[in-house]
Amino acid sequence: MTEAVTPKTALRLQGVRKSYGQVVAVAGVDLTVEEGEFFTLLGPSGSGKTTLLRLIAGFERPDAGRIELAGRDVTSTPPYLRDTNTVFQDYALFPHMSVADNIGYGLRVKGVAKPAREKRVQRALEMVRLAGLGHRRPNQLSGGQRQRVALARAVVNEPEVLLLDEPLGALDLKLRQEMQIELKQIQKDVGITFVYVTHDQEEALTMSDRLAVMSNGQIEQIGVPVDVYERPATEFVAGFIGISNVITRNGVRLVVRPEKIRMLAEGEDPGPGMTVEPGHVEQVIYVGMTTRYLVHLERGEHLVAVRQNMDALGDAQKFEGRPVRLAWSKEHTFVLEKGR
Amino acid sequence: MAVKAVGRPRPKGGGAVPFAAVFWRLPWLRSLLLLTPPLAWFVVIYFASLVLLLVTAFWTTDPFTTQIVQVWNTTNFERILNEPVYHDIVGRTVLLAALVTLTDAVLAFPFAYYMARVASRRVQTLLFAAVLLPLWASYLARVYAWILILNHSGLLNWSLQSIGLPPANIGYTNVAMWVVFSYIWLPFMIIPTYAALERVPESLVEASADLGARRWRTIRDIVLPLALPGVVAGSIFTFSLTLGDYITPLLVGGAGSTFIGNVVFSNIGIANNIPFAAALSTIPVAIMAVYLFIAQRLGAFEAL
Repeated sequence: MTEAVTPKTALRLQGVRKSYGQVVAVAGVDLTVEEGEFFTLLGPSGSGKTTLLRLIAGFERPDAGRIELAGRDVTSTPPYLRDTNTVFQDYALFPHMSVADNIGYGLRVKGVAKPAREKRVQRALEMVRLAGLGHRRPNQLSGGQRQRVALARAVVNEPEVLLLDEPLGALDLKLRQEMQIELKQIQKDVGITFVYVTHDQEEALTMSDRLAVMSNGQIEQIGVPVDVYERPATEFVAGFIGISNVITRNGVRLVVRPEKIRMLAEGEDPGPGMTVEPGHVEQVIYVGMTTRYLVHLERGEHLVAVRQNMDALGDAQKFEGRPVRLAWSKEHTFVLEKGR
Repeated sequence: MAVKAVGRPRPKGGGAVPFAAVFWRLPWLRSLLLLTPPLAWFVVIYFASLVLLLVTAFWTTDPFTTQIVQVWNTTNFERILNEPVYHDIVGRTVLLAALVTLTDAVLAFPFAYYMARVASRRVQTLLFAAVLLPLWASYLARVYAWILILNHSGLLNWSLQSIGLPPANIGYTNVAMWVVFSYIWLPFMIIPTYAALERVPESLVEASADLGARRWRTIRDIVLPLALPGVVAGSIFTFSLTLGDYITPLLVGGAGSTFIGNVVFSNIGIANNIPFAAALSTIPVAIMAVYLFIAQRLGAFEAL
């Protein structure tokens, strides 16, 4: 951190492909991740994101393409020689070793002397707030604690790139949200490049510096969370991140995010430059913080509008079945690429 | 509705309570019915005969009439403790059982590893059949087959001579017993080892590689410790089966190959000294009790 230098590339993928028999898991992926970046691969199950992670880790060999770590070609390098470490979905903690031995295993294999190793393990334990639990066995820990051990075991080796395969998938919502914040903080503190796989769009948006949305083994869009959410490049991205609000007007496919749509009161003037379309409310869905209104437009197709639940409870339900006018500003609509 | 129906089964129209519902209401009844036959078998046949054996061991026979004298004494055990010939026999039996166990463990591990973690589904099935196939043949037939191989003019010496090597006269020696025992009990080591190896999750092997360990290091640090309970479970079989055997020593052993089992056999048949035979029989039982205790400590029973 002495001076501002141009960011170095931690990971570069070029034309990476992988198929299993007839099934194409990764269909040509190009990707560059900068050093210190929190990069997320987001996609539904079967989109190839986990396979891509396994290719980076070296557990699978690509059929074609090139994988570079810190500028070095590692395409044919076995996992034990790659400067990557993985946090597995099932944590993959060694059940016959103590927590401390689990965390220290990578250092032990690399021949780090015992005193230095113990010091680093101790630091790692403190980092994940498990100091004092080093002597326990993994089966004596809770799910959240195991997750931390898995993280510590990977981070302690200070890899060029840390790979995380849906690490919070097995935790309950509350714990998951806590861990999201903690994980992001740890990443900032240690400054290691994270490549994070998830199918949870909210998780991807909250944690990532940049994310890639994957579908059918290909990257649909790469960008910072705001860009991907506000300006989805394809219908798939629009639908996968947030609520699919796609309509066709004059032969053009448009996306309007639900929170950008206003439901006008009777006789209310929408103001200048607003698109207004009449319809009627088909369904009212209460989701705690907000209420969603599924509106059938008169020109056909549906849109979802969202309103904060600031008013008295119960008033939302009365909209069901009623005619309503929706208004949105033109700058909040985005035209989707054709043919995707 | 549906929930209610499941939660509280009620006889329809005042008829008899459905049979299955009785078990649902009285879970202990089902356990009782399931367990009674095997427990009865276990207690009456197995446990009772073991107690009988133990009791008999403390009796003696009248040297003239060879009738059993039902007087409590420790003569039999004193005889075993004081006569060096029995020390040799017990020592030989235990040593050979340990040696056979070790040999089988060393042979079985790579084989089971290949079966569980390398071979394709098809090859796996074939290997499984190959392991189990010998068990279909009679034990005696398999031992006799080995006699034909290890004999002075057997297959082994014939092969050695045909490539110009001196003959290896291991027929009717302890070496022959070691070879035959190791062969005969090998499947009993392979199967539990295989089962334990198959249960080691692939992600642990990947995690080890991910942390920088090469293949051998991973096998040593991760796979072997996790499969150890399976190996120990297999060793219970190989060790106890060798410990109690008397046929192989009889057929392929030589003059100095007498096992505990052979002494027991001759005391029952020839000497007609059943109390002494019983006393001798308690030795393998005691050894196995100690062995099982250690095995249990090593977690072998979690792998069965």
